[in-house]
Amino acid sequence: MKVMYFAWLRERLNRSEDEVSPPPEVVTVADMIDWLAENDEAAGLAMEKRSLIRAALDEEIVSPDTPIAGAKTLALFPPMTGG
Amino acid sequence: MRVRLQADIFDPGAETNAFLEEAHGAGAAVTFTGLVRSLPDDPIATLTLEHYPALAEKQIGKMIDEAVTRFSLMRVEVIHRYGTMKPGEPIVQVMTLAPHRRAAFEGAEFLMDYLKTSAPFWKKEETGGSDRWVDARAEDDLAQERWQK
Repeated sequence: MKVMYFAWLRERLNRSEDEVSPPPEVVTVADMIDWLAENDEAAGLAMEKRSLIRAALDEEIVSPDTPIAGAKTLALFPPMTGG
Repeated sequence: MRVRLQADIFDPGAETNAFLEEAHGAGAAVTFTGLVRSLPDDPIATLTLEHYPALAEKQIGKMIDEAVTRFSLMRVEVIHRYGTMKPGEPIVQVMTLAPHRRAAFEGAEFLMDYLKTSAPFWKKEETGGSDRWVDARAEDDLAQERWQK
């Protein structure tokens, strides 16, 4: 699964995407964020404040409890500031 | 084209005129242009917008569909820039066409409130020496939430 990062999340991680294969116990978007944070120090620090991380699964904005099964792309990003 | 995402600067007047040329007998058109702000007490050198192209196009498309249904708009166009821009330059333009003015005004406001909170763009201000990502504002969340009533 591809994980994309945007804005300060991308900057703090110093990369714009990862290709990952999470273990089966990673079921939801929130699980995935926890798993990424546990396995990478930079990700752990960058995603310390979970309330500031938004997610989109296959180009659909989703809540943290959404299952990731079958999805190809997860995007993680801070609250949006468009307009 | 209802949604246009581009790095290049655009001419708000020319865009408005082009939009009005296809008014289809509508009684009201509202055009909103968002500009790169740089106020004396908080000056910036440049503003850079990062975006997630595929999601941005999809999200704005959905917002337009909802605005058209909700306010019975005849036509909507949204232009949103990304990349680096200077103070005074246009960032975004929302244009709505409706039989009467209230729908056109409300449709444009609805779209802007949604763009602020739900379109995947992230602003970074460069002040000359330091850069800072713009925080999402609670007022913008409230402005969007009032449409959910």
